[in-house]
Amino acid sequence: MSLVFAALVVWAAGWWINVRLANGPSADSTVVKILVPAIFGLTVVVIWELLVQGFEVNPVILPAPSAILERLLVEGPRLWADFHQTIIKGAMSGYVIGGLAAFCVAVLADRSDFLTRGILPVGSFMAALPIVGTAPIFVKWLGSDWESKAAVVAVMVFFPILVNTVAGLRDTTVMQRDLMRTYGAGYWPTLFKLRLPAAMPFVFNGLKIATTLALIGAIVAEFFGSPTVGMGFRISTSFGQLALDMVWAEIVIAALAGSTFYGVMTLIEKRMTFWHPSQR
Amino acid sequence: MKSVLPVLTVIGAIVLFWLAAVVPMNMHLVADQAQRDGLVVMPETPVERQEYGGIGLSLRNLHLVPLTYDFVRPRLPSPQQVASEMYDTIFDKKITSKRSLVYHGWVTLAPTLLGFVIGTSLGIMLAVGIVYSRVMDRSVMPWAIVSQTIPILALAPMVIVVLGSMGIQGLFPKSLIAAYLSFFPVVVGMVKGLRAPDAMQLDLLRTYHASGAQGFWALRLPASTPYLFASLKIGISASLVGTIVAELPTGARAGFGARMLVGDQYGQPLVSWAALFAAALTAAALVGLFSMIERITLKRMGMSAA
Repeated sequence: MSLVFAALVVWAAGWWINVRLANGPSADSTVVKILVPAIFGLTVVVIWELLVQGFEVNPVILPAPSAILERLLVEGPRLWADFHQTIIKGAMSGYVIGGLAAFCVAVLADRSDFLTRGILPVGSFMAALPIVGTAPIFVKWLGSDWESKAAVVAVMVFFPILVNTVAGLRDTTVMQRDLMRTYGAGYWPTLFKLRLPAAMPFVFNGLKIATTLALIGAIVAEFFGSPTVGMGFRISTSFGQLALDMVWAEIVIAALAGSTFYGVMTLIEKRMTFWHPSQR
Repeated sequence: MKSVLPVLTVIGAIVLFWLAAVVPMNMHLVADQAQRDGLVVMPETPVERQEYGGIGLSLRNLHLVPLTYDFVRPRLPSPQQVASEMYDTIFDKKITSKRSLVYHGWVTLAPTLLGFVIGTSLGIMLAVGIVYSRVMDRSVMPWAIVSQTIPILALAPMVIVVLGSMGIQGLFPKSLIAAYLSFFPVVVGMVKGLRAPDAMQLDLLRTYHASGAQGFWALRLPASTPYLFASLKIGISASLVGTIVAELPTGARAGFGARMLVGDQYGQPLVSWAALFAAALTAAALVGLFSMIERITLKRMGMSAA
């Protein structure tokens, strides 16, 4: 019971510190901006630990953060193998294939205004569909190794990137295009010097949406058949063995991978679209 | 209205591609079956046929091409097969039948809608909290954004089983997933929306001596409506996807996800494909419904739909 009481104290203390920091004089400094969410996250984890121990929650239902951390440290090599199979082989290759395909289709379709007007609504409609449901079909077609996962991921990321690229290529003003014409620039110079750079903020928007989709696709597809390695495989088998701490360890890895992937795309975006108002 | 023809063209191109793909995808299976039925097949043994790709084999056996379009257990069913299976299971079965897609659709739709309502209401409340409390903004908002980069959907099946082992079953676990998935898009969108009024408008209200509550109801809430609808459309399709994924590998007996899996496991590809397309139609109908409400609401509020 004292642990439960301690959890309440930790919650109150964390909240009090955050109130002081967020309303204090240095509230707008970078340190505080990072410190406040960090304290919030840490408080949640500590409360989780204390409540699980205090109420003696069955580890089959909810393991304590300390048990998950132990798993992460002990099972390092195995988690790395799963990460390699699912994220690097499955998600990344699918992401690259789907992204390139979408980009090429967008540039080709862009030559015709008629096609563009057709692709935009159809593409945004397809992007809202539960495409992840095709996972069992792809596993059946391409076998259980990473190729089927890459295929699911490629189809899932295709439409958001397509729609954003097509929309981006249309995002130049008449004035800008006229300027290019006065320079005597043909289709290709206009594409490379004006329209592709102008489309970049849109393209990166699509690429960022697609990062999460890629991970989801790769993990979910493994539920329908996989070699004996991979994050989805590990999640479902560990779950069958009631090793919930292992499941959560994989969840932590997936979360870290997802945030890193997204973060990397944001960094590249910053470097490439430094001229855009949203980056200044 | 002027985009009807282009849209139809694009859809037509997709269907044509599908029709063309049916032949090579199914040719090996069809050739094996044709040989058993005593038809002439060009390379005579299955081993020799394996050496050809789908297209090569089709070119050698042009007389078998029509058979690929109504093969019983195709790798890739033809559009008319999927259409007739859907018609059959939607209109020709009683709604209470276990084979009716309407029945399975409702099993999926009910938790989706319940979860969506829960997630959206909680999301709006949290957004109001974030906009009015600096502490909430600073401590919760970064996590709300980070949480969108986490593939949480992949864990939906686990959540269902954990809740099931705690004795919570039926509608609620699936609604929880749907609620979670619609929650964060609504939070992020509504925070943006409630902050949309600029300093000039806020100052104007201050000169009117408006109270905080009046400022909220008369300015911030109306200003956030376009953002709310944008989030609602993302949220409802995310909820539906979440419910379907939650049904996929957990041995659920009913729902679109369960139908997709049953068709896969018992060698009835048509069942899977019909469920897939029915799910797509449901998602389209829900998003379309919200677009319609959006257009009408914004028109009546004097804002043009973006």
